[in-house]
Amino acid sequence: MEGLEHILAEHPFFAGFSAEHSRLVAGCARNHRYDAGEYLFHEEQPANEFFVIRHGQVALEVVAPGQRPIVIATLGEGEIVGASWLAPPYRWTFGARAVALTRAIGIDAACLRGKCEADHHLGYEMMKRFLPILVQRLHATRLQLLDVYGKR
Amino acid sequence: MATAPRPDPLTPRLYRVGRVRRELPDTATLALAPLSGMRPAFAPGQFNMLYVFGVGEVAVSISGAVDEPDFVHTVRDVGAASGAITKLKSGATIGVRGPFGTSWPVSAAEGADVLFVAGGLGLAPLRPAIYRVLANRARYGRVVILCGSRNPEAILYRRELEQWRQRLDVDLEVTVDHADADWHGRVGVVPALIRRAAFDRHDAVALICGPEMMMRFTLNALREADVAPERIYLSMERNMKCAIGLCGHCQFGPTFVCRDGPVMRYDTIAEIFAVHEI
Repeated sequence: MEGLEHILAEHPFFAGFSAEHSRLVAGCARNHRYDAGEYLFHEEQPANEFFVIRHGQVALEVVAPGQRPIVIATLGEGEIVGASWLAPPYRWTFGARAVALTRAIGIDAACLRGKCEADHHLGYEMMKRFLPILVQRLHATRLQLLDVYGKR
Repeated sequence: MATAPRPDPLTPRLYRVGRVRRELPDTATLALAPLSGMRPAFAPGQFNMLYVFGVGEVAVSISGAVDEPDFVHTVRDVGAASGAITKLKSGATIGVRGPFGTSWPVSAAEGADVLFVAGGLGLAPLRPAIYRVLANRARYGRVVILCGSRNPEAILYRRELEQWRQRLDVDLEVTVDHADADWHGRVGVVPALIRRAAFDRHDAVALICGPEMMMRFTLNALREADVAPERIYLSMERNMKCAIGLCGHCQFGPTFVCRDGPVMRYDTIAEIFAVHEI
């Protein structure tokens, strides 16, 4: 547990977290290792964990019938994979596939939601970190939708 | 002592198309050599007016190295004149006026980290500056090149990007907006790469070129990274006709992009950059 706590404390997402909050989050954490091509999760599965990437690269993808999976974003070291655990119905909207060997820490969603409910300071710290990421991704998605490199 | 008369900037000089390289289905790179004499000197970031006889004239940034004997231009087919240029064959004749405009601050950036942010064809006007920085690598701090493209098939200068990436003294990242699972590189917009890039926020010079929308988002990311506006340079694009600040077609607020640009320091245009009517 101490090892995970230490790793989490060094991850940019948890920068500035108090020792107490780090301990609480580490209590919901476990290590993962994914080989290239292995899925962290699939679309429509329960979103019962989110991932703190320590090393490697993950592609978020969506599958359309009869087509190759479409990659909508890639995420790497220092980033977070998964936001669907934050809001009901807690199901993944996209699949996540390791593009290269990826090491991550998974945080159990139900465990962390319970701790955030019990300790609103922890919940607020988590939201302060997640909200800017969600806003950045929303902006990036809008820029992608604008297709700025296409002919006008 | 009599001095040679300056050439009329409105009269095209004849050039011969040398090698032509098809970069993408709609984009070609042409080397242009003057029919007589030497080509004029240019600074990275400047542009020429390329004139296809009987079709029209278009402003195109110079995309080759300053020490190459020819003018090198990468042109995308987006209209009558640019389309005609991309279809020119080796040996054809073309009219050239220039070079015109301002340049990237490659000398002023010596000693600092240099961050290049290119979107799509925006890599072409940045390439002469990249060549110059890499040719004098020891004079700069960290060199970071961030490139965005529509999809993997639309990546410009792919072979050259691969060569730069192999260098141990350059951080180069390529990302595409759209891809399928066969692409193993990054997917996402180029401004998002700035958050992960390693450079000194307070001692870096950022050179940006790409569609204006992409540059706006890049500016936001640089602001978030605390890069000062006076250390950010953009290459602006407007409808340039005379190229010498007379006709007013490329007016951008109180400036003319052909004369006061295309390379502009962000703090000098920050107030008008986001004004829709300009």
